[in-house]
Amino acid sequence: MSASLIYTIITISSLGVAAAIILYFTARKFYVYEDPRIDEVEEALPAANCGGCGYAGCRAFAEAIVKDNSLDDKFCPVGGNDVMKTVAEIMGLEAGDQKARIAVLRCNGTCEFRPKTNHYEGATTCAIAAMNYGGETGCQYGCLGFGDCVDACDFDALHMDPETGLPVVTDENCVGCGACVEACPKDLFELRKKMPKYRRVYVACRNEDKGGVAKKSCEVACIGCGKCEQECKYDAITITNNLAFIDSDKCVLCRKCVSVCPTNAIIEENFPPRKIKVEKEAQPAES
Amino acid sequence: MLKTFKIGGVHPAENKITATKAVVKLPIPKTVTIPVTQHIGAPSKVIVKRGDVVKTGQIIAQSSGFVSTNIHSSVSGKVLKIDTVYDSSGYKKESVVINTEQDEWDEGVDTSPDLIKHTDLDAKTITNKILDAGIVGLGGATFPTHVKLSPPPGMKAEVLLINGVECEPYLTADHRLMLERGDELMVGIMLLMKALGVNRAVIGIERNKPDAIEHLTTLTKNYEGIEICPLKVKYPQGGEKQLIKAITGREVPSGALPIAVGAVVNNVGTALAVYEAVMKNKPLIERIVTVTGKSLSKPSNFLVRIGTPVKDLIEAAGGLPDDTAKVISGGPMMGKAVATIDIPVTKGTSGILILNENEGHRKPVLNCIRCGRCVEVCPMGLEPYFLMTLSEKKVWDKAEKEQIMDCIECGSCSFTCPANRPLLDYIRYGKLTVGGIIRSRK
Repeated sequence: MSASLIYTIITISSLGVAAAIILYFTARKFYVYEDPRIDEVEEALPAANCGGCGYAGCRAFAEAIVKDNSLDDKFCPVGGNDVMKTVAEIMGLEAGDQKARIAVLRCNGTCEFRPKTNHYEGATTCAIAAMNYGGETGCQYGCLGFGDCVDACDFDALHMDPETGLPVVTDENCVGCGACVEACPKDLFELRKKMPKYRRVYVACRNEDKGGVAKKSCEVACIGCGKCEQECKYDAITITNNLAFIDSDKCVLCRKCVSVCPTNAIIEENFPPRKIKVEKEAQPAES
Repeated sequence: MLKTFKIGGVHPAENKITATKAVVKLPIPKTVTIPVTQHIGAPSKVIVKRGDVVKTGQIIAQSSGFVSTNIHSSVSGKVLKIDTVYDSSGYKKESVVINTEQDEWDEGVDTSPDLIKHTDLDAKTITNKILDAGIVGLGGATFPTHVKLSPPPGMKAEVLLINGVECEPYLTADHRLMLERGDELMVGIMLLMKALGVNRAVIGIERNKPDAIEHLTTLTKNYEGIEICPLKVKYPQGGEKQLIKAITGREVPSGALPIAVGAVVNNVGTALAVYEAVMKNKPLIERIVTVTGKSLSKPSNFLVRIGTPVKDLIEAAGGLPDDTAKVISGGPMMGKAVATIDIPVTKGTSGILILNENEGHRKPVLNCIRCGRCVEVCPMGLEPYFLMTLSEKKVWDKAEKEQIMDCIECGSCSFTCPANRPLLDYIRYGKLTVGGIIRSRK
């Protein structure tokens, strides 16, 4: 009885020792060196895995940083400059100062401004509707309203407004990852520089048709008249293909272009109401 | 036992309302809008400018590559403008708008109705004439015909198949063409055979057109090498690969062209256009279009100039009925609903179908019940339900492995789905994306 107990203990222990020896040498033989900084960098990243940096996830981004040993063209839009600074400390590098960006919808073609000319019955995604035709209104550049951008957003920063039929960006939640920019088949989203209090001035239109045609399909379409380009003292506005574009890196939010736009295609958001300007604008409307 | 393809297929209601209606020539419209993208391949390059005077049959846009073709003015008059105009793609495309003055033809075009049977032209000259005349596949896919007639090195055509199947419900343009222009069609086929260097041609016709089968069979006695092959009625019998399988028994490998099994397929409309181009020097400026629909008062087959507004065709067929739900360019299976009827007729417009409220709407989409009917009917042996899911979830690598690119977009899966799932919509989207990925890899 006792002998079998001893044999058992000896057998099990010697098996254990043998396994330990094999495991030890195997581990030595197949050892893969991994830079410990990868783990550290990954730890510092926000773990959103949104792909906003252009890599497959936070781990892939960390690997790329350590492999290249540089922070050029690498930026985590979710974490922003703070996170990049931490990452730079780990890597012993200098972090570039990138401006935070926020997504903006460049279409204001609500049901009111842009009447429907036909009815779509196919699969309800923007990608498929865009593949089939220009859309339910006369404007082939505008929002289709099936919310592919909402599905793409990982940060709950987008929702569809049932009244206007357009997606709305919740400024506080938007991290500027660019998932909506990728998802929109009409290329309506733009990442603009984040200004204090989320203030912004932008051309809410992508219509490249000639003025008359554009205006016919949508009341608030940019007609490419060029008034804003002349008004802007900071060279922030350019007109290409009958369409104005305001460069958010040059714009100083003076809002002069907003007042001169004849179709209200330029939108100002999150500003306090303008008292004097409102009166001035009202006058030509009366005459 | 009649021949047909082996796997899949559906039997939609035929509704060939216009089968007995003779082709009517429509008057030339006041203005024509001619898009420069009427074919698969690179858009043609416009060579006229505003204010130019053009004659009927004159080139207005030149071929801009091998897979591209010429576009000719379909009327004589003044170029009003070169603008972007909506076409059946649903997007604005560059187009030449011409104001008609009178019908003055370009020099060298023979407009007499006499049949010319014999020519001494060699294969190369015939192919060049086809290219010059801007001929594309008139079955609907609009693939430039001269490309089909120039097999890649090392490949040799053995048989020419002529597609007179017209398996799409409602459409009768090819049916009428076979009945009314039989002799011209036969000469056209002889020319295509000569261009390809083959001595055998088979015309495939579905059994639901017995008059056409009978008429052409009588005609074949005068033309050597042309046979008629009656086929079983089954959609998509007129698909290129299905037709090859049905007539020759050969299967085109995945990703390969029909020439890989020694076959070249051309539509009957294309063969007629080839006859006119080679024997009469007449470029492709008109085509037969079926305008049909259950609620339409005068459904008809029209011979119209390219660029005629679809609105004019509907007007000539009795006007748009009050209960119109959809206007479709093409047939009910593969055609596409149009957003406006101001679009012009292009080389690929085989029919204009007006669906009424009863039949024109999609039913509510339900969940997949795993019945497998889409798999059963797919003529390419694919798994449509799976391809749809892969496209929906954007799993492109897997979709490519599941041969999404083999889909011929016949719509049998969507037609048969008891849960009304938009299978083909998603598969088309998947094909578009996967095709882009494959091209970017090269």
